[in-house]
Amino acid sequence: MKRIRRWGPGLLLVSPSIVLIAVFVYGLIGWNIKVSLSNWRQAQPSSGYAGLRAYRDLFHDPAWTLDLRHILIFTVVFIVGTLFVGWSLAFLLDKGVKGEGFFRAVYLFPMAVSFIASGIVWRWLMNPAPGDRETGLNAVFDHAGLHFLANQWYLGQNWGMAAMAMPAIWALSGYIMALFLAGFRGVPEELREAARMDGASEYRVYRHVVFPHLRPVTLSALIILGHISIKVFDLIVAVGGKQLITQVPAVYMWIQIYDAQDYAKGAAIATLLLIGISVLIIPYLVFTVRSERNA
Amino acid sequence: MTSVSQAPPIVASAPLPKPRRRRVPSVGMKYVLLLIFAVIILTPVYVLLVTSFKGVVETDAAHAWSLPHLWSVDAWRQAWTQLSPNMKNSFELVIPATLLSTILGSLNGFVLSKWRFPGADLVFTFFLFGMFIPYQAVMIPLTQLFTRIHFPSGIPSLIFAHVIYGIPITALIFRNYYATIPDELMEAARMDRAGMFRTFWSVVLPISMPAFVVALIWQFTSIWNDFLFAVFIITDPSQWPVTVALNNTTGSLVTPYNLQMSAALLASAPTLVVYILLGRYFMRGLMAGALKG
Amino acid sequence: MSKVLLGSRTRLAFVAALALVLVVPAAASARTKAPAGSAASCELSVFSWWTGGGEAAGLTKLIGIWNKSNPTCQFKNETVAGGAGSNAKAVLAQRLSANKPPDSFQGHAGKELQDYIKAGQVEPIDFIYKQYGLSKIMPKQLISQITYKGHLYSVPVNIHRANVLWFNPAVLKKAGITSVPTTWAQFIAALDKAKAAGVIPLALGEQWTQKHLFETVLISTLGQSGWDKLWTKGGNWNSAGVKTAVDRFNTLLTKYTNSDAGSLTWQDAGKLVADGKAAFNVMGDWQDGYFSGTTAGGNLALKPGKDYGWAAVPGSVGVYDWLSDSFTLPKGAPHRAAAIKWLGFLGSEKAQDTFNPVKGSIPARQDAKTSLYGPYLKWALTQWKTDKLAGSLTHGVVANNAWNASIDTALGLFIQNHDAAAFQKALVAAHGKNAS
Repeated sequence: MKRIRRWGPGLLLVSPSIVLIAVFVYGLIGWNIKVSLSNWRQAQPSSGYAGLRAYRDLFHDPAWTLDLRHILIFTVVFIVGTLFVGWSLAFLLDKGVKGEGFFRAVYLFPMAVSFIASGIVWRWLMNPAPGDRETGLNAVFDHAGLHFLANQWYLGQNWGMAAMAMPAIWALSGYIMALFLAGFRGVPEELREAARMDGASEYRVYRHVVFPHLRPVTLSALIILGHISIKVFDLIVAVGGKQLITQVPAVYMWIQIYDAQDYAKGAAIATLLLIGISVLIIPYLVFTVRSERNA
Repeated sequence: MTSVSQAPPIVASAPLPKPRRRRVPSVGMKYVLLLIFAVIILTPVYVLLVTSFKGVVETDAAHAWSLPHLWSVDAWRQAWTQLSPNMKNSFELVIPATLLSTILGSLNGFVLSKWRFPGADLVFTFFLFGMFIPYQAVMIPLTQLFTRIHFPSGIPSLIFAHVIYGIPITALIFRNYYATIPDELMEAARMDRAGMFRTFWSVVLPISMPAFVVALIWQFTSIWNDFLFAVFIITDPSQWPVTVALNNTTGSLVTPYNLQMSAALLASAPTLVVYILLGRYFMRGLMAGALKG
Repeated sequence: MSKVLLGSRTRLAFVAALALVLVVPAAASARTKAPAGSAASCELSVFSWWTGGGEAAGLTKLIGIWNKSNPTCQFKNETVAGGAGSNAKAVLAQRLSANKPPDSFQGHAGKELQDYIKAGQVEPIDFIYKQYGLSKIMPKQLISQITYKGHLYSVPVNIHRANVLWFNPAVLKKAGITSVPTTWAQFIAALDKAKAAGVIPLALGEQWTQKHLFETVLISTLGQSGWDKLWTKGGNWNSAGVKTAVDRFNTLLTKYTNSDAGSLTWQDAGKLVADGKAAFNVMGDWQDGYFSGTTAGGNLALKPGKDYGWAAVPGSVGVYDWLSDSFTLPKGAPHRAAAIKWLGFLGSEKAQDTFNPVKGSIPARQDAKTSLYGPYLKWALTQWKTDKLAGSLTHGVVANNAWNASIDTALGLFIQNHDAAAFQKALVAAHGKNAS
């Protein structure tokens, strides 16, 4: 009784949030799954049950296969690119340089810009117009004598989605840099010093002392980037519009709902997105909670 | 939606560790690389700026990279006329939504770390999952629900949505921050037989500023930059926040590049100002947090 | 010391924020409620996708007339942009499913409206046709194509033509193309000459404009009656005719169009012709408004007939691939009486002859004052009287949104893989799934 008096108010204070999350996250996810199994294929909601029709449709739909391919290419390029740039920047800044504050601010600021806004300038930079209409980055390449670099960008037949990842890499590298920089500096100096005393070269200090310490940071970064990537929507809308050549699942969901008015199929896409992200997130959450408990 | 800002910061209060200066080989090389990265990252900004100050005639491919011949603020004026009502909507949305979710976050974070109840960790994990879900997975039911319960449409419903879906991230920021407060401080309050609210008020709140700054910046940017919720929830174009209006002006008709770019800059101005003024604190929070891995 | 100060500041800020959050929304909602409370005012909210160029200018003129004659019920312009109305349709679908209809909304006459009709979102308006005598003044063929199960649901404001070939006379001359092609063989020969002259033979834009092109190729290959049959239950998409059309379309895509189509809007593509960088472009006749309209309105201010020319898409001479912007009466319109008046007004000669010369379309009414219209529209007016009518696919006359979406997907794939057999198979499947 006394204990309840102790923690009761805390639970009471949090309970509105618990209820809201229960209803608006878990409840609505359930509702969405119900919609995906329904027969809602016109403007007005319909509750008829259609089983897995929408899912079956999707897996026979060549556009969906293409969406998956697109999102896969995008995700790989985006994650590898962002990790690489973010890690490099952190590595360069690690030992402290003059004007570190300036560099950090420059690298971080793209995070403040929405994809809708940065998409406008990236669409211009990645303009695929050939010949005398050439502009954007292609024009720069040509002037620099690097004509072979000029390309079709996001309209590229097979690897267009790799170009689409560039604005995303631009936006998030600074954030990943911040994570890694903290990781680098979180390595106790004594450890580095001890290694140096043992006669290790600076390279070996990094290789054997610093890098192993970065594993948890890398994992966090992977999770953060991965979940952003799988549900990417506004960047694609801003750069490519509603064209199949740059279509990803989140855009296809939008098309299914508002163009085809197939709400069941739209909900099925949303459910699959959720499953895709859960595969990534749930093990991570379990792992984090466990390691926190052990600490 | 997948605005950049949805990545979760993990915050703790530890002060930013001082960089350790050491004799470093090839310092020059390092600066060259850092500068190259800076130039690459600033390139889009250069394009945005110079194009936004050009007249329509200068926006063709041939003059694309050059500075304006004649500096003109026409595009800015036009962008302002087109977007200012939506900028106002965005502010009316962002300010209450940010404040509400931050306050809620500080209370939740406090309880989940310092005034725990049995199962608090479970509740926290239950919250965290909500941070990672693709919001598409709740969008159809959410709009249905708003209709069915006749929720006040327009900005209020958007505020409501952002506050709810901001619960996980703000709880995370504050919980991780409060976790670093030494338990002795809490013990002192306990000795005084202080209740929950008094402890929060007199012990925790006075030292909460760093977490508030991070949470406020975080929520401000992600709500300002949100597109998905706004595009699904707001049905009246006069209530659109600036992201949707921006996409609407630039996405369809032949908007000249100078207008597109000035509109993009205008719509990003508030978040940029926040980053420029408060970025240091934000960075500090981010970096300190990651120490926990 | 500083900690104490910071602490008290944090607390102060916390209280201030809390107060702000509790007070401001209340004040804001009080403010928004005030105008709604005054019963005398009435706003006619009209949803359209006329945000730019001649469309916006034409709408502004209509609004001017409306506001002058209806001082107690002012016009509330709710436009949302979108190529071929695509963003706009999404926003509208949302509003309707949220039960927040405007007083009247724009929709393409034809199958596209049937989605709204079937969903019970719009009212039949036969009584408006009767009241304003519209049935007698609109073309019979048009009335029959927009009637659904014996009822009318919208008032068409204008008629656009989709199968128009635009060209740059100077470029044609330079390339040695002496006459405007009227058959497919002539068209290909002309495209070859343009290619040899070093210009883009056929300027093309983003995906929906490619569907627009495909539609005109189908019509010119199958003819009006063949086209019409495609959209009936018994339509045969597996035919040799469709195969020929797909092959022709593929030839255009692979041999004669610009490589950056996906990054261009329809205006960008049109501008290539205007700038002399391309010889031809296939687009609806809103292109005329863009070419000849004022620069202040974002248009090119070209001289019709001199700076640019037009003809029916080769092979489709004598067929008018039409579409029509029309307005509806949504169920639960907040100001129903005003909406009815608005629809009657839209059907009037005054409204149609005010709007259309500016918008760049011909009126749906048959009693237009020809003298008000520019050179292209004069040509279109005469063609409209003699041509056979074929409803547009891309612009919602012959197929509903779902069918269009299926074709979009098939076409999007085809643009990438150029697999003609797979494309035709997908078109057959789309017919099977959607035809009724």
